[in-house]
Amino acid sequence: MAIKTPVSLNGVLNVPEPAAADRSAPARPETFDAVGAMPAQPAPSPKLQIRGLNVFYGTFRAVRDVDLAIPGRSVTAIIGPSGCGKSTFLRTLNRMHELVPGTRVEGSVRLDGADVYATDVDPVELRRVVGMVFQRPNPFPTMSIYDNVVAGVRLTGRRAKSELDGIVESSLRRAALWSEVKDKLKENGTSLSGGQQQRLCIARALAVDPEVILMDEPASALDPIATLRIEELIAELRETYTIVIVTHNMQQAARVSDQTAFFSMGDDRAGYLVEFGPTSRIFTNPLHQLTEDYVSGRFG
Amino acid sequence: MTTPMAASTEAATRARLTGRRTASRRAVTDRLMRTLALVATLLCVLPLGAVLIFVTINGIGALNIDLLTKAPRALGNGGGALNAIAGTLQMVPLAALIAVPVGVAGGVYVSEFAGARAGRVVRFAADVLVGVPSILIGLFVFTFLVLPFKQFNAFAGSVSLALIMVPVILRTTEEMLGLVPRSLREGALALGIPVWRTVLSVVIPTGLGGILTGVMLAVARAMGETAPLLFTALGSRLVNVGDFGRPMDALPLFIYMNARQPYEAQNQQAWGAAFLLMLIVLIINVAVRARTWGRQIGG
Ligand SMILES: Nc1ncnc2c1ncn2[C@@H]1O[C@H](COP(=O)(O)OP(=O)(O)OP(=O)(O)O)[C@@H](O)[C@H]1O
Ligand SMILES: [Mg+2]
Repeated sequence: MAIKTPVSLNGVLNVPEPAAADRSAPARPETFDAVGAMPAQPAPSPKLQIRGLNVFYGTFRAVRDVDLAIPGRSVTAIIGPSGCGKSTFLRTLNRMHELVPGTRVEGSVRLDGADVYATDVDPVELRRVVGMVFQRPNPFPTMSIYDNVVAGVRLTGRRAKSELDGIVESSLRRAALWSEVKDKLKENGTSLSGGQQQRLCIARALAVDPEVILMDEPASALDPIATLRIEELIAELRETYTIVIVTHNMQQAARVSDQTAFFSMGDDRAGYLVEFGPTSRIFTNPLHQLTEDYVSGRFG
Repeated sequence: MTTPMAASTEAATRARLTGRRTASRRAVTDRLMRTLALVATLLCVLPLGAVLIFVTINGIGALNIDLLTKAPRALGNGGGALNAIAGTLQMVPLAALIAVPVGVAGGVYVSEFAGARAGRVVRFAADVLVGVPSILIGLFVFTFLVLPFKQFNAFAGSVSLALIMVPVILRTTEEMLGLVPRSLREGALALGIPVWRTVLSVVIPTGLGGILTGVMLAVARAMGETAPLLFTALGSRLVNVGDFGRPMDALPLFIYMNARQPYEAQNQQAWGAAFLLMLIVLIINVAVRARTWGRQIGG
């Protein structure tokens, strides 16, 4: 937890921080060893360090040579045209990609320096640290709101029964849903509106006390007001968690994220990282023509 | 200025939508196809209706307290079908006790854990087993559970009924779990819930309605099976309660035996038992439908 101070600084300022800008500005090779090797500024070691990541579905390469350092306690947006491998990339961060048979990964992903693909890493344990929220709200239909929130805690058998009430309340509060559901915790989770369901799913993810939360277009199935609530929520969660969010919505990326990674698709349809940097710079002063075209809506 | 424009557009659009030119031919074809479909539907429903009415007319008069509460007497002079009712109510539950765990576990395995090839093999085997004539299943069990003991017994009867139920339960379980959205599994796994826990606490409860439907339909099917019991439970005129090492009667066996007799009284009892059996199977089916009415999964 040595990363605390500098990272939260990054989060609060929300301006292009020199270190962050430097380590991500040019093309790939520098990203490799930039982090932690910055002489002038004690650069924070990243929460997630991705190196030389390639993802294959069978023989098809969906993601090519991604190098990325995601700082802790901040929001990182991933944007790019449809099919460029954003979801694929995101799912490799907590090894959800392994659920699709025939998927293969090369390269490394380090969480606080620990290789998540190491043979002795249990993906189940990994996912308790790196949680995920999906595009479509997916509350468990057979469970009440209460049971949905504590599903992860209960089914991983880690907490005493007496703690559950407290976990439910604090998780729902953090997900900004408590006041809306506190009187109907026994009702079915699917009885909520879409936006509420999504916040329920976020509460469910928070309940297992993760450090990183991956969100794959968490608001794309929601109306503007529900979307706004999710965005506000993300802004609050940023103080405590490391958030990586895939979005198609440029304004959303600009509003919620501290840094943005822009992916694009090569001629072989493999997605690759074009550019990564502070969100304000990506949107105002991108280094690549592709990025500029995309964020200004000229392509994708 | 705009009014005539809008009016003409509207008229043109209406003409296009109502499609006057092609309408008459299409209406004829439409009516023809509808009629054909209705006739086909009637042909499907008719036999069912006929059987229901036929059995009801013949059997309802024979269904009385004696039939339900008394053991058979010689030549059908009084007495009832208690031996058969008791037998069915014992053998079918035991068969379910054997078949439900095996069938559900098999279905869960195929749906959740088996690779593509293993899944295909098990599925194929189950489909073949469904298609095996039930008398062959009776013969098979006869070889293993009757011959060695030189004794027809109710346990063998239950085992053969279980063999008929297993593939039905396995296939419905597998199909119902297949309908459980992938997103639910992923949601659970993303919380760090182990696969087996996910299956047990999220996937199976979500598909439970459908699984129960499969179980009940298999039970209904087993209740009506005659052939596999001929070589195994054999049938008995005695009311056998709890002795699975000896022969036992069952409703279909009772019907079969009594319908073959020359005496009117016995034939009447066969009709009564037939009506009773039909009633039970019907109630199970209707109950299953009602239970799963309007549900997304297993409906
Ligand atoms: N299960 C799969 N099997 C094979 N190929 C897949 C699979 N999932 C995704 N792909 C392919 O991988 C590529 C990247 O897909 P991915 O879903 O990661 O894109 P995305 O950037 O998330 O797109 P979108 O913005 O539309 O969600 C696409 O070419 C897609 O066809
Ligand atoms: Mg996607």
